[in-house]
Amino acid sequence: MSQLNDQIIFNDVSKFYGEVLGVNRITLSIPPGITTLVGPNGAGKTTLMNLMTGLVQPSTGQVSVMGLTPATPTEFFRNIGYCTQFDSFPRGVTGHEFVLDSLMIHGMPESEAYRLTDEAIARVQLGDAAFRKIAGYSKGMRQKVRLAQSIAHHPRVLILDEPLNGLDPMARAESLALFEELGQQGMHLVISSHILDEVDRISDRVILITGGYLIAEGNIQEVRQGVSEKPMQVLIRCDHPELLASKMFAINQCVEARLHTDGGGVFLRTADLNSFYSMLNQIAADGSVKINAVAPADDDAAAIYQYLIGSDGSPS
Amino acid sequence: MANAQTLASQPWSLWFTQALRLTRIEVRRNLFSWKAAWIYFLAFIPAAIILIHTIFDPHHPGQIEQDTNILAGILEFYYIRLGIFFGCLGIFSRLIRGEMIERSLHFYLLSPVRREVLLLAKFAAGSISAICVFGSAILLDFILMYWGFGAAGRDYLFNGPGLGQLGSYLLIAALACLGYGSVFLLFSMLFRNPTPAAMLFLGWEAINPILPSLLQKLSVAAYLRHLMPVSTQADGLFAILTVPTVPVPAWAAVLGLLLLIAAVLTYSCYRMRTLEIRYSTE
Repeated sequence: MSQLNDQIIFNDVSKFYGEVLGVNRITLSIPPGITTLVGPNGAGKTTLMNLMTGLVQPSTGQVSVMGLTPATPTEFFRNIGYCTQFDSFPRGVTGHEFVLDSLMIHGMPESEAYRLTDEAIARVQLGDAAFRKIAGYSKGMRQKVRLAQSIAHHPRVLILDEPLNGLDPMARAESLALFEELGQQGMHLVISSHILDEVDRISDRVILITGGYLIAEGNIQEVRQGVSEKPMQVLIRCDHPELLASKMFAINQCVEARLHTDGGGVFLRTADLNSFYSMLNQIAADGSVKINAVAPADDDAAAIYQYLIGSDGSPS
Repeated sequence: MANAQTLASQPWSLWFTQALRLTRIEVRRNLFSWKAAWIYFLAFIPAAIILIHTIFDPHHPGQIEQDTNILAGILEFYYIRLGIFFGCLGIFSRLIRGEMIERSLHFYLLSPVRREVLLLAKFAAGSISAICVFGSAILLDFILMYWGFGAAGRDYLFNGPGLGQLGSYLLIAALACLGYGSVFLLFSMLFRNPTPAAMLFLGWEAINPILPSLLQKLSVAAYLRHLMPVSTQADGLFAILTVPTVPVPAWAAVLGLLLLIAAVLTYSCYRMRTLEIRYSTE
C-alpha cells in the first residue's frame, strides 16, 4: 500500500450548509496513529468527521480515507467505524441486538456476526446490560454500546466524536486505555473531545480548528513550538526555585517565572528553548541549585487550544 | 458486452443477503411496535364493524349481492382512499424521515451497504408490513362478510365468484401498498414533513378520474379501479371517485402501475445517493 493510501486526505474541502459555513478550504493529510480534533463548539469538528464518513458531502474538494471514498460503500465502511455523538438508537432494541443487527447488515455469516458482537461487547465491558433494552441505559452505557458498534467489525480507521462524553472517570480511563490499545494495534484513530488533558496523553497529533478554518495541525510538540508569540513554559523541580529564577532572569533566558504551589519547583517561560536548556545545564553543573526534574509545562493540547483559539473560541 | 460483464461482476449475492437482512430487521420494527397500533386500527376497524353487523343483524341469502357491493365499496372507498393510503403514509414515512427525526438513520448510512440496496430493502420491508396488515384485514373482512350467510355464503365463495373476488381484492391491496408506499417513501425524502404533500396527493387521487387521460396515468387509484371485480357507484360528492374512465385491461393496469412504481423508486434511489445527515435541521 502506498504511503498516501495510509492517510485520510482532505483536498481543498469546503462545506456549506446553505449560507452557513461548515468548514472552509481544508487541506489536510492525517497519517496513521491517534489524532485529536480540537476546537470550540461549532468549530467544524463534527462536519470534518461527517465529511470523512460521507454523512455529508463536500461542497467543493475531495475527501478520501485510506484511498477509499464513500462512493464504494461496501469496501469503505468495512474499513471505517464511526462513533457519532448522536445519542439515539433504533427503537426497542437491546444493546446486543443493536450491535448484532449492524453486523448482520454487512452480509457476513451469522455465526461470525454473533462472535464479533460478543467480542465487541466484552471489549467495552458492557456485560449483562447488553441484553437489556437500550432505552433503559445510562448515558455512559449508551456511549459504550455505540463504541462497541463502531469497533465490532474491526475497522482500520476509527472516528470518535466526543467519545468520553457522559462517562464517569473510571469508564473514561477504560475507554482511553482501549483507544490506546487500538492505536498500538495499528488502527487509525481520529478523536474529537473537549476533555483535552485526558485525550492529550494518548494523542500523536492534534488538529486545531475554529470557525470552520484549520488553525494548526501536526505533532503536539511541533505545533506548540510553532506558537512563537507564547514562550514555552517549563517546570523545573529543584531545591532553590527562587534562586534558579533569578539566575535565569539575570542571563535573559526567562521572560516569566511562577513558583509552584508546593514550593518545590518553578515554572519558567522562555523564548529560546535550546539556549534555555543549555544555560540550565550550566547552572546545574556549578552546583548552586540542585535540579531534580525538568518537564515542559504547556506543550499539550489544552495549552495549544488556549493559545491558538482562546477560551472564547475565537482565534487569538 | 462490456456493460453485461460489468453487471455480471457486481456482488449481487452480497447485495441480496444485505437486503434480506435489512428487510427482516425493518419488518420486525414495523410490525412489532406500539407506534404501529393505529395502523392495525385503520386496517381492522372494518372487520370489527362487519363482525358487529353479523352478530346483531343476521344475514339472509338474498342479501349476498348487496353485501358484495358493500364489501367492494369498503375496499374502493375505505381501504384504497383512506386505510391503505394513511397506513402507508405512516409506515413508509417512518422508514427514512422517521429515522431522521429519531436520529438513527446514520447507523444505516455508515454500514457497508449501497444506498440503493438500503432504500430498496426499506421499501420491501414497508411493503411486506403493509401487505401483511392490510391483506390479512381484507381477508378477515371477506370471511366475516360471508360467514354470516352460512351454506349460501360458502357456496358463493367456493362455487361462485367469491374466491376470484378475494384474489382481486388482495392483488389490489398489494398494489395499493406498493404504489402508495413508493410515493410516500419519496415524499419522506423530499419534504421534512410529508403530510401536507400527502394531503395534496389525496386530493389529486380524488379528482384524477375527471382529469385528461395522460394525467390519469400519474395516479395509483386510477390503475386500481380497473382491477375492481365489482363496479361501485357513489352518490353526491363521492360520485367523483366513480366517474367512468376509458376501460383498460387488467394486465395493462398492473403493468402501468408497476412502471409508475419503478419510476418513483428510481428517482428515490437517486435522492438516497445524495442524502445527507443533518439532524439539527430536522
